[in-house]
Amino acid sequence: MMSIGRREFLRIAGTCAVLGLPGIPTPPASAQPSTRFVAASGVRQAKQWAMVVDLDKLTEADRIICVETCHRVHNVPQIDNPRHEIRWIWAESFKRVFQEQTNEFIPSNLLKRAVLVFCNHCGNPPCTRVCPTQATWRREDGIVMMDWHRCIGCRYCMVACPYGSRSFNWQDPRPFIGMANQDFSTRTKGVVEKCTFCAERLDQGLRPACVESCPSGALVFGDLQDEHSEVRQLLASRFSIRRRPGLGTQPEVYYLI
Amino acid sequence: MLENALKGSPKYWGWIGVLMIVIVAGFLFYLRQVEFGLGITGMSRDVNWGFYIAQFTFLVGIAASAVMVVLPYYLHNYIVFGKITILGEFLAISSVVTCILFVTVDLGQPQRAINIILYPSPRSMLFWDMVVLIGYFLLNVVISRVTLDAEGKSISPPGWIRPVIYLSIPWAISIHTVTAFIYCGLGGRSFWLSAILAPRFLASAFASGPALLILLCLLVRKVTRFDPGKEPIQKLALIVTYAMTANVFFILLECFTTFYSGIPEHTIHFRYLFLGVAGADALTPWIWVSVVMGVAGLVLLLVPRLRENEPVLTISCLAVFISLWIDKGLSMVITGFVPSPLGEFTEYTPTIPELTISLGIYAIGALLLTGLFKIGVKVKEETNRPPVLVSKARSG
Repeated sequence: MMSIGRREFLRIAGTCAVLGLPGIPTPPASAQPSTRFVAASGVRQAKQWAMVVDLDKLTEADRIICVETCHRVHNVPQIDNPRHEIRWIWAESFKRVFQEQTNEFIPSNLLKRAVLVFCNHCGNPPCTRVCPTQATWRREDGIVMMDWHRCIGCRYCMVACPYGSRSFNWQDPRPFIGMANQDFSTRTKGVVEKCTFCAERLDQGLRPACVESCPSGALVFGDLQDEHSEVRQLLASRFSIRRRPGLGTQPEVYYLI
Repeated sequence: MLENALKGSPKYWGWIGVLMIVIVAGFLFYLRQVEFGLGITGMSRDVNWGFYIAQFTFLVGIAASAVMVVLPYYLHNYIVFGKITILGEFLAISSVVTCILFVTVDLGQPQRAINIILYPSPRSMLFWDMVVLIGYFLLNVVISRVTLDAEGKSISPPGWIRPVIYLSIPWAISIHTVTAFIYCGLGGRSFWLSAILAPRFLASAFASGPALLILLCLLVRKVTRFDPGKEPIQKLALIVTYAMTANVFFILLECFTTFYSGIPEHTIHFRYLFLGVAGADALTPWIWVSVVMGVAGLVLLLVPRLRENEPVLTISCLAVFISLWIDKGLSMVITGFVPSPLGEFTEYTPTIPELTISLGIYAIGALLLTGLFKIGVKVKEETNRPPVLVSKARSG
């Protein structure tokens, strides 16, 4: 039997946990019960979905598992050429994500820290404003959605996004998808795609794949308008920042530092 | 002579043949692009738009610049431009067609382009750009057809065409303003986030368009019996001079605000463009060529004696045109993407397929322009000159 590396192990573990597969390798010790597959009935609904990322909790394992899980569950192709890469969620250095908020002498652990980034599901999204076909729009619950069948591939939304959160299929993505998840669509060449806060999982009463698979529980997802929600309580008790708040886009992804 | 050439002059067919070869080459590469996807271009996840959209932007300016002959002629009854107004309108028509082609080849899913009409999105500047470009195309087709038809019959054009012509004047301004709005309303792209962008676009358009028109007039004089005359060319040269002066002034205004305020998000793009940052300097040689040519062209234009000298004027128009093509058809769009929102200095170089497709589109524009000019010039020759019994190509 071939031995697998740590990275590969984490990847498989995370994906299996989210897909609810039996007979999976045991998750690493750092994993908490909350990462287990949660079978829920009904549809998860909210007035305003929001994500809180606790940078104190976020570990190297999180960064690998969350990304790999999301990308496997959503049939995101693994393209090695960085120019043509597709990303729904990925790790970036703190300095890059918070360029305007990085002071020179901040704690070195913060500077070194990698941050998970994805679509901010802005309250005032520039990407939906510029789309000439309404192929991307903001739902009433705050999720910025995409219609991959309507998108004409003009990439104006990518140009408008101040976070680089959107990806374009510069070629047919299907040869770059390992084992496709049959329950989710693949995309065609020439369309834009991005994180959807797992709208399809929320409809099944599930939490987003990254949140569910995150071993440390650093990702918290919930209704910002519900004052008893975990996201609200975290935001009320800890100091949080958002990406490029000065642009008025109102990101719904908050980072606790 | 153009019409003689049309009857089979090897020179003319040679020209058409060259254009056709370029068009076919572009088309073959486009088929390859449709099959593989836009990955065969130099664009990337950081540089989302490249050569295609830059050419589109530049050519909208050329199209809009027809207003520089239409306005003096129709609004101020500046008769001198009567001879060349039709050429300006034909240039506008050909440019709009190439604009639309450049946007189309840039689409990842061109067969879905109709979605722009099926799901009209008034909040999108791209939607409005489509509206104004199609409108401008139709306006110019109608105006040029009706006026040329009347001229051919030596009658005055019908009265209803006048309000249509008046409408085409603000419409020309609108096409380039809306094109600027595509860029200058995006909070995340500091390089374009400037209220001066639309005026700058217009100024550079009113310099590059008439500069091209001067070159075309000189060419028409050389290859046909129709002479646009010295006076309209000189007046056009004056327009180029004023517009280029305004353009340089606007660029300097942009530089002042950027560098005096010193906001890093704004200065970084200018530093990348003019000096190169962290080893990324692909555009730096180009922009300096643009600066040198622009300044040299402007100096040659500003001195009346040199401007009135047609060989010198040819050089200054070429210099201005190349300078503004680099500025708008290359650096303006790409610099907006470098650095990326995450601070990445991903550079962009157009690929051979991308350049061939672009050349193919330019060739389609040139083919259309050749055909239209031929029609226009033929009417001009017949109405403006006595019949010539022995036709002989004019030299120089």
